[in-house]
Amino acid sequence: MEVKNARAAMLSNYEVFKLLTDLKEQRKDSGKNKHSIGQQNLNTIMYETLKYLSKTPCSRQSPEIVKEFLNTMMPHKLTKAEKLMLLNHRPQTAVEIQLLVEESEERLSEEQIEELIQIVSDALPGDPEQENADAEMEVAGEQS
Amino acid sequence: MFVLVEMVDTVRIPPWDFHKQLNVAIAEELNKKLANKVVYKVGLCICLYDITKLEDSYIFPGDGASHTKVHFRYVVFHPFLEEILVGKIKYCSQEGVYVTMGFFDDILIPPESLQQPAKFDEAEQVWLWEYETDEGAHDLYMDQGEEIRFRVADEVFIDTSPTGPAAAATDTPAQPGQSTAPPPEDSGEKKEAPYTLIGTICEPGLGLLSWWNN
Repeated sequence: MEVKNARAAMLSNYEVFKLLTDLKEQRKDSGKNKHSIGQQNLNTIMYETLKYLSKTPCSRQSPEIVKEFLNTMMPHKLTKAEKLMLLNHRPQTAVEIQLLVEESEERLSEEQIEELIQIVSDALPGDPEQENADAEMEVAGEQS
Repeated sequence: MFVLVEMVDTVRIPPWDFHKQLNVAIAEELNKKLANKVVYKVGLCICLYDITKLEDSYIFPGDGASHTKVHFRYVVFHPFLEEILVGKIKYCSQEGVYVTMGFFDDILIPPESLQQPAKFDEAEQVWLWEYETDEGAHDLYMDQGEEIRFRVADEVFIDTSPTGPAAAATDTPAQPGQSTAPPPEDSGEKKEAPYTLIGTICEPGLGLLSWWNN
């Protein structure tokens, strides 16, 4: 076996999530026994990777959302890797942005960081349960 | 975290798979061979992405199987250096904090890369961060199962492919009939992980998610 290019492209978590979900469906449809012989490794890694990814923000993304997000990120002059991490992590705090963006102190002002957080939370869907909980907390906070 | 890797391989399709479409049979063989395996200096293989080119298939004398040279792309777990990842603490030991991603287990955060000052609690076998506040030091424990955010500081690949008999090349060819006793195997040798990530949490924002939530 020969490796032509060990880094041909980077994949976002969403792309891997979609690929594995489709593959799982496809294998379910085409009958279990016929394909599962000798494919234990594939089944294991598919199950475990999906289990991990389904808990990350990527499980609520779609091609349209990702495209829209990347378009709005265009003027912000971030590297591809940085945008990929924003997409995968959906950061909600300034400290997370500073982690994901290299030398953020020199490159980003406080306003820009706030702006990034805003774009991320507008463009990428969050966890509905978490957000409900947050909203309830806020309401409770206001009442008390 | 995931990358596409372009590879070329010659795939052998046994005759009992000839009723399948060639690309389906090849996809199965490639997943059988690579899925959930670490390729040296490449990463942990997840699943086939696509087949980009199929060359002509050949049947060799003495073997009913067909052999096809295939160009394909594979999804591989291979985070870049400095990437931020989130995992769960598997366990702590003197060597540091072991982290798992579920599908990938060999992640170590060595003691010097923990939030400082760090201390190992011998009784509970857990690392803790002696976080200084105005009211004194707070012990933040790094318990098993907690979600942890870390930066990839380094990667270590170890070639675990079987090695040939070490002396064979230098020795004179063995005399026919002479029984060459195999060298004593180091069966007690610890199984080494082929691919290990070295992490760090020595930066603001890194460490347990609960430390930075508010």
